[in-house]
Amino acid sequence: MKILVCIKQVPGSSNVEVDPVTGVLKRDGVQSKMNPYDLYALELALSLCEKYGGSVETITMGPPQAKAIIEESVCMGAKSGTVLSDRKFAGADVLATAYTIAQGLKKIGDFDLIICGKQTTDGDTAQVGSEVSEYLGIPNISNVLSVDEVTKEGMTLTASLDNKVVTMKAEFPCLISAEGDINSPRLPSYKVKKTLTEDAVKFLSMNDFDDKDEKHYGLSGSATQVERIFPPEKNTEKTSFDGTAEQQTESLFSLICDRKLI
Amino acid sequence: MYNKITAEDIAALKKIVGNENCLCGDEINEDYSHDELGGIEKMPDCLVRVQTTEEVSEVMKLAYEKTIPVTVRGSGTGLVGAAVPIMGGILLETTKMNKILELDPDTLTVTVQPGVLLMELAAFAEENDFLYPPDPGEKSATIGGNISTNAGGMRAVKYGVTRDYVRALTVVLPNGEIQQFGGKVAKNSSGYSLKDMVIGSEGTLCIICEAVLKLVPLPKHSVSLLVPFADMKSAIEAVPKIFRSKITPTAIEYMSRDTILFSESYLGKRFPDTKNDAYILLTIDGNTDAQVDADMKQLAELCLEIGALDVYIVDTEERKKSVWSARGAFLEAIKASTTEMDECDVVVPVNKVDDFIKFTHSLADEMKVRIPSFGHAGDGNLHVYICRDELGDKEWEDVLKKCFDRMYEKAEEFGGLVSGEHGIGYAKKEYLKKQYGETPIAIMQGVKAVFDPKNILNPGKICF
Repeated sequence: MKILVCIKQVPGSSNVEVDPVTGVLKRDGVQSKMNPYDLYALELALSLCEKYGGSVETITMGPPQAKAIIEESVCMGAKSGTVLSDRKFAGADVLATAYTIAQGLKKIGDFDLIICGKQTTDGDTAQVGSEVSEYLGIPNISNVLSVDEVTKEGMTLTASLDNKVVTMKAEFPCLISAEGDINSPRLPSYKVKKTLTEDAVKFLSMNDFDDKDEKHYGLSGSATQVERIFPPEKNTEKTSFDGTAEQQTESLFSLICDRKLI
Repeated sequence: MYNKITAEDIAALKKIVGNENCLCGDEINEDYSHDELGGIEKMPDCLVRVQTTEEVSEVMKLAYEKTIPVTVRGSGTGLVGAAVPIMGGILLETTKMNKILELDPDTLTVTVQPGVLLMELAAFAEENDFLYPPDPGEKSATIGGNISTNAGGMRAVKYGVTRDYVRALTVVLPNGEIQQFGGKVAKNSSGYSLKDMVIGSEGTLCIICEAVLKLVPLPKHSVSLLVPFADMKSAIEAVPKIFRSKITPTAIEYMSRDTILFSESYLGKRFPDTKNDAYILLTIDGNTDAQVDADMKQLAELCLEIGALDVYIVDTEERKKSVWSARGAFLEAIKASTTEMDECDVVVPVNKVDDFIKFTHSLADEMKVRIPSFGHAGDGNLHVYICRDELGDKEWEDVLKKCFDRMYEKAEEFGGLVSGEHGIGYAKKEYLKKQYGETPIAIMQGVKAVFDPKNILNPGKICF
């Protein structure tokens, strides 16, 4: 089974400043890491390969330094990976990002299964995976909790809907988005890191794609425009209850009801 | 010898702390009769929740005058029964004295009340770009409790223990007198260090009401390495070699696959790697990414050279959480794996850790009990647990005593001591007496008598 995992480099900490003028995240000098949700996708892919055989590759779109997360994925067990990198890709919204990844995917080869993380911790849209599948014309299943059985033709998997869990079958090729927290991602190996070679990471730019029309990429290929980015307000409100355990439970329950949380 | 609390005393106590902060009889929750150790239980006659140093002073004046025993309690997370009021009387709870009073960036100190929780202090320090280095596993312990046991924790290898971070203490003596020991000074050769006598005294000498603690600038970067070895012997043998590399990790912990599996089932969460029998977990910190990275590489190379099967890099918040939360849950996980357990918190010279662990394995075989362990390979402080499992009362009592006797004997043979960080309290005092012998115990009793001539403060603990 050939599996491809889509990954993204995101800021290493949640305390990232927003440039008040441009509304863009200030990434300079901020450490970066692989999107935590993608780690679950990668672990799912690697454990499927261990069980059923096959190989895992990774793909990302980003600046040249995004190479670091491809290398990290190799240290975790992926065979190799590709960075889609071109100044023309800058400023892409979800649609343009998905289109770029789909174009890149077509160049890399055929895969039985593409796995994405649920969402990223910087963009948080949770849409890229589904849009990639749309561009590729393959089925998409989101919020996957587990892959229960794999055959030559397809697999049985369990996915979470808002209020129920469903089991379904999908034929290859298909794209799934893994839920967060469904496994414990393995750690990158220093031993592998030491032996990394140049050919572990490939770079592709727009000129390598079938579609070389730059209007389809980056800011100009984006259907949406970001008006403003701002950090969420911090809620520092605290409530504490006194009294017996029963009284405290009662107070907590009525507060939750008042706020219409249940 | 001690007087029973009378209705009149209760009325006086209520006047000092308010009706709602003075509970008697059935009003007191059963939790107050023990700490986390269990097995040693006694309800206090009266539970008093103090909020100010002056209240503590007034309560002690009354107790001193009436010769009523007083036992101080923080969060009750102790493991040797130190906060159990074995003579009844007043249980004085400090958790409402939980204010962080001052952060002094010029002297790098923070002044806190004793009921501040370790996790609250750690978070406060971090928010202000500082680090309070002592890092015991039990984050919901109070700072007062940490000082009273000279708690150690996982960063001791590089940063030392609680004692190294206490600059001054404001205390209430058994007669109610308020005193300050030490000061916001970095050096102090001014007579006997009374502050240091109070640290680790487990509430037997006086009551800590305020502490000035030293902070260090928050290291900007850190990375942990999870290093698998084929067996525990090779894992532990690696530790002295790591020391010789002249890079000082903040922590060097050892863990066996068994303990990790307990933790997995307790937390319901998989550990990132359980393929190997033994692991060392170490952390390096520093102020630049480049420095931490260079240290990491040097240590990783060293580990591979001395037989590590791989070196896993634990470099992001999520990865640190997945590894360290499992490490933090070991005690509770082992507890959940058995019906009852008791712990041996010995400390041995670091080059004897391997021998001691091997000894516990052979002891487990010989006594036919499970004796899992984990601990601080970097400072020789081991946490060894004797699990009761299906043993009957008599058999358990017998096995436990034999195991403890043999382990403390072995620790002594290796040049070790009874407790690395949990203290002596009530549960371990016989072992302390046995190891120290008459004169040191008599000196301790003498110190106690000078502080507390009527022996009303936490009686029956440590050296009595």
